[in-house]
Amino acid sequence: MTLTLAMDAPPFDLPGVDGKNHSLEEYAAAPVLAVVWSCNHCPYVLAWEGRMSAIQRDYADRGFRLVAINSNDAERYPADSFEAMKSHATEGGFPFDYLYDEDQSVARAYGPERTPEVFLFDADRRLVYHGAIDDSREEGAVSEHYLREATDAVLDGRSPLQSETPSVGCSVKWRE
Amino acid sequence: MDVELLYWDGCPSYPEARELLADVLSANGVEAEIRMREVTTDAEAETLRFPGSPTIRIDGRDVDRTGAETRPSLSCRVYYLPDGRVSPIPSREDLEAALS
Repeated sequence: MTLTLAMDAPPFDLPGVDGKNHSLEEYAAAPVLAVVWSCNHCPYVLAWEGRMSAIQRDYADRGFRLVAINSNDAERYPADSFEAMKSHATEGGFPFDYLYDEDQSVARAYGPERTPEVFLFDADRRLVYHGAIDDSREEGAVSEHYLREATDAVLDGRSPLQSETPSVGCSVKWRE
Repeated sequence: MDVELLYWDGCPSYPEARELLADVLSANGVEAEIRMREVTTDAEAETLRFPGSPTIRIDGRDVDRTGAETRPSLSCRVYYLPDGRVSPIPSREDLEAALS
């Protein structure tokens, strides 16, 4: 089951590439929280990753937090292992937390189908936007900045103009 | 000329790759059928040396020799465009080079 609009963010407590665990409660002070399903190996994630970093940097001074979670089965996809996540985050200089959901319990609670896929929550941690980061994997061709627009809306006390968009990317690699 | 496009349905990029491939073939005056072959299991990926979806082989040769060595798996394949950007499909330049 995938979360639907207005549902509460399911709790999580997961190890991050920084060597610490990070829980949903840790981000309680953030007026907007983006939980993004991600991974290391997917070309769609690689194409969008720079924009994830840019959004975190651009909105940091307004308290926005982006958290990326990798739930892929690392036995079948070793490139998505926790060790590989650490290297990947270091190489990418991620300004956001990158967490490992090894048993996929958090993914089952949120219900992502693709990577990257965004779940955006307001200050009460209710889902206000679900879907793509923007409308093109090619940065130069983007015309609709869904995540930025939804974040602006929440920060301004409005509802996002678009609250759901289709995610385009690799499938989440569930354990068999 | 034998043109084969191997794909895995779990990755959404193969229709776009097929469209680009058809366009490149047409632009270069190549009349060849694109044989679509779906890969559905890890075992099949191993047997076919399938490094990810989509994989395009022209006369049996992968259009991206470097990526062809990637571990076989049911996943989206990573390509690099001439300017260094990552893409889920090969570049037009790689396809044109493979035809020559």
